[in-house]
Amino acid sequence: MRVRVQTEDFDAAREIAALRAGDARVGAVAAFIGLVRDINEAAAVKTLTLEHYPGMTEKALAAIVDEAKSRWDSYDALVVHRISELKPTDQIVLVAVTSAHRGDAFAACEFIMDYLKTRAPFWKKEHTPAGERWVEARTSDDEKAARW
Amino acid sequence: MITLVYLARLRETLGTPSEKIELPGDVGTVASLLAWLRARGGAWAAELAPGRAVRVAVNFDVARADTPVKAGDEIALFPPVTGG
Repeated sequence: MRVRVQTEDFDAAREIAALRAGDARVGAVAAFIGLVRDINEAAAVKTLTLEHYPGMTEKALAAIVDEAKSRWDSYDALVVHRISELKPTDQIVLVAVTSAHRGDAFAACEFIMDYLKTRAPFWKKEHTPAGERWVEARTSDDEKAARW
Repeated sequence: MITLVYLARLRETLGTPSEKIELPGDVGTVASLLAWLRARGGAWAAELAPGRAVRVAVNFDVARADTPVKAGDEIALFPPVTGG
């Protein structure tokens, strides 16, 4: 199980190759990449600053991955989440899950992402032409997490 | 002593990233700690007012109103999370 919070960008292909390296049981890999968009709630986003709570964020991500592994048949899972200043088109987060079959891989990957959005301590601040603002939590994210 | 950590918007509105305080004698839970901080008035009363969405972690675990707090704890206050 691998969880990382980092400033630098990630190479999804390399991360996935490392995740499944040498494991011939793996028949499916599901991966999700979250990206910075240039528009949020009708405002142009120039840059985004992401912060976390060192110590708790890694622990929360590990707990989410553990829960996914207890609920679906998966072999391994990876979460890489970036912090500090990002700009539109930049990668923010990578979630990848290996499993024997696609159903468990898809479900575990979506579960990790939905829980990450509502439980992992990260906060986004957007810098727009009109000034900066903290992104507000969305109730639609809570609803997505509550499905599981 | 306890360490209080303020994150994201709360760090800015409260004007500090962290502070160390002696645990007040009548504070034994997250709820009573929030009430004690609220009594500072000003931004504290506004940001921590009942009904405001403030999340609390005690020693890096999510806490509830009745979670105990004791000397030596690190207690973080933050808004709902917005990562991913």
